[in-house]
Amino acid sequence: MKCDLCERDATVREVTVRNGVRVERHLCERHAAEAGIKVTASQPAPGVPTPGGAGTQVRSSACPTCRTTFAEFKQHGLLGCAACYQFFEKQLAPLLERAHDGLSQHRGKAPARGGRPTPADSAVAEVEARSDLLKRLKSELERAVKAEQYERAAQVRDEIRRLCEGTEGQGEGCTGR
Amino acid sequence: MASEGPGRPPNQGEPVPEWLKAEGEACDVVLSTRVRLARNLREVPFAAKANKDQRRLSLDLCRDQLLIAGISPRIAWQELHEAAGVQRALLVERHVISKQLSKGRVGGAGVGGVDDPRGVAYSLPDERVAIMVNEEDHLRIQVIRSGLSLSQAWQQANDIDDRMEAGLAYAYSERFGYLTCCPTNVGTGLRMSAMLHLPALRLTGDIEKVKRAAGDMNLAVRGFYGEGSDAVGDLFQISNQTTLGRSEAAILESLEAQILPRVIEYERLARRDLVAKRRTMLEDHVWRAFGVLSNARFMTTEEAMQSLSLLRLGALLGVLPATPALDLRAINLLLLLIQPAHLQRAVGQELDQEQRRMARATLLRDRVRC
Repeated sequence: MKCDLCERDATVREVTVRNGVRVERHLCERHAAEAGIKVTASQPAPGVPTPGGAGTQVRSSACPTCRTTFAEFKQHGLLGCAACYQFFEKQLAPLLERAHDGLSQHRGKAPARGGRPTPADSAVAEVEARSDLLKRLKSELERAVKAEQYERAAQVRDEIRRLCEGTEGQGEGCTGR
Repeated sequence: MASEGPGRPPNQGEPVPEWLKAEGEACDVVLSTRVRLARNLREVPFAAKANKDQRRLSLDLCRDQLLIAGISPRIAWQELHEAAGVQRALLVERHVISKQLSKGRVGGAGVGGVDDPRGVAYSLPDERVAIMVNEEDHLRIQVIRSGLSLSQAWQQANDIDDRMEAGLAYAYSERFGYLTCCPTNVGTGLRMSAMLHLPALRLTGDIEKVKRAAGDMNLAVRGFYGEGSDAVGDLFQISNQTTLGRSEAAILESLEAQILPRVIEYERLARRDLVAKRRTMLEDHVWRAFGVLSNARFMTTEEAMQSLSLLRLGALLGVLPATPALDLRAINLLLLLIQPAHLQRAVGQELDQEQRRMARATLLRDRVRC
C-alpha cells in the first residue's frame, strides 16, 4: 500500500479516533516521523508499537497470549502476562537497563531448583560482595589519608592486601593501592 | 484507673505488630526492616489484564497453596472483596496490606475495584508475615522484623517462597528472572527496606544529604506508608530500586552491611551532637511536643506523628523520665493507635474528621504522661 501523502510504500497505519469518528491513514516512514510517530529498526513494522498522542491510537502488534500492546504498556507501565516479556523482549531490554542500573540479565534465585541458588549463583554473590567491600575499603583509605589518620590508613591498606590475596585471578581490579 | 477516653488500657488487648515492638539491633533508629518478594503465576494473566474470573482463579490457587504450605503456626486469611472498608483500613494502618490492595485498583492500568477477588494471609499474633494475593502481582510475600534484621527477614521470605513454589508454577525466564506485572520489580522481585526514624538528622538539617546520597546509590527514599506517601513523623523507608541483574545476596549485602549502618551511625552522631552541643534546643523541642500531646484538644495525624517523633527522641536521649508510659514500645504503639481506622475501632463507631481529631487528642492526653 502507498503512503497517503507520497508515492513511497506505507509502513505505518495510523488510526485516529476523535469525537467518536475513526480516521485511518497510511504513512511512509518519513511522513510517519513528521507526524510524530517514531519508527525504529528494532520495531517490527508495520505493527508499530508506539504510543500516540491524545486522541490518537497507533495500531501495534499485540502479545499473542493476552493482547497487551506495547502502546498500552508505555501508557501505564504494566505488562499483561508472562508471555509479554518474551514477545516485547527487544523493546523491553533497553527500558529495563535504564530502570535497573544498566543491567538486564537476571542473577539470583530461580524456581526450578526448589528455590535454592545454584553454586554458580553463590559464587557470583561472593564475588559481588567482595568487590563491593573492596570499593568501600579503597574509599575509606582515601579518606583516612586525606584526614592524615595514618594509623587507620595502614590498617585499611592491610585489609585491602588481605582481600586482594584472596581474589587473585578473579578479575576484580586489585591494583595494590 | 484513669479515664480511658476512646482507647483501652495502655497496651492491653492490643497486639503489638512486629514492626512496632522496639526490639532487635539498632532499634533506636530502625523501627523495622522489611523484605518483599513479587511473584506471578505462569498460566494466569497479570493483574493489569486479568478479568474477574481470572482473578478468582489466581486467588483460589494462591490461597489453597498458602493454607497448606505451613508458612506460620497461626495464620489468618481474609478475602478483601468481602471485607468492610474499616477492616481494610485497619490492615493498611498495620502495614499488613498496601493501600492499593485495599482499594483493589491496579496501578495506572485503571482496572480493578473493591469488589475484585483478592485477599491476604498474615501470621498471628505478630503479623510478621503477610502474603497479599492479587495486588499488582499475584503474590506479594512480605516479612517484617523489628529493628535491623534484613538477613533473618530474607531467610524467612525465601523459605515461604520455596513453600509456595512447591505447589505453584511461577512466571520466570532465564533472562529476566521472576516476571512481574511492572518491570521495575522484575528479576529477583525483591524489595528490601528499612523504616528509619531520623529526627536528629531533620533537626540538624542533614536529612537532605541522606536523601541525596541515597538517590546517588540508586536507592528509593519513601514515607511511612511506602510509595507515594510523605515522610511524616521523621520516618523514612530506604529501599533498593534495582531488582534485575543483582542477586538477592548482593542486594542484602549492600543494604545491611554497607548503606544502613552508615545512615544509622549518621543519625546517632547527630543525636550525640544535639545532646552535647544543643541540649537546650533539644529539650525545648521535646518538652513542647510533650506539652502538645498531653494537653491538646484537637490533633491531626500529621501533628500527632511529628510530636510523637520528638517524644521518641526525648525518651531515647534521656530528656524525658524513664516511665512505662514513655518507653519506646509504648510510643511506637501510639504511632498506630492514632491512625484514623484504629481510632474508630477504639470508639466503636465511624467518626468524621473533627471527631477523629478530638478522639486522637483525648487518647494522647490519656497516654502521654510522666
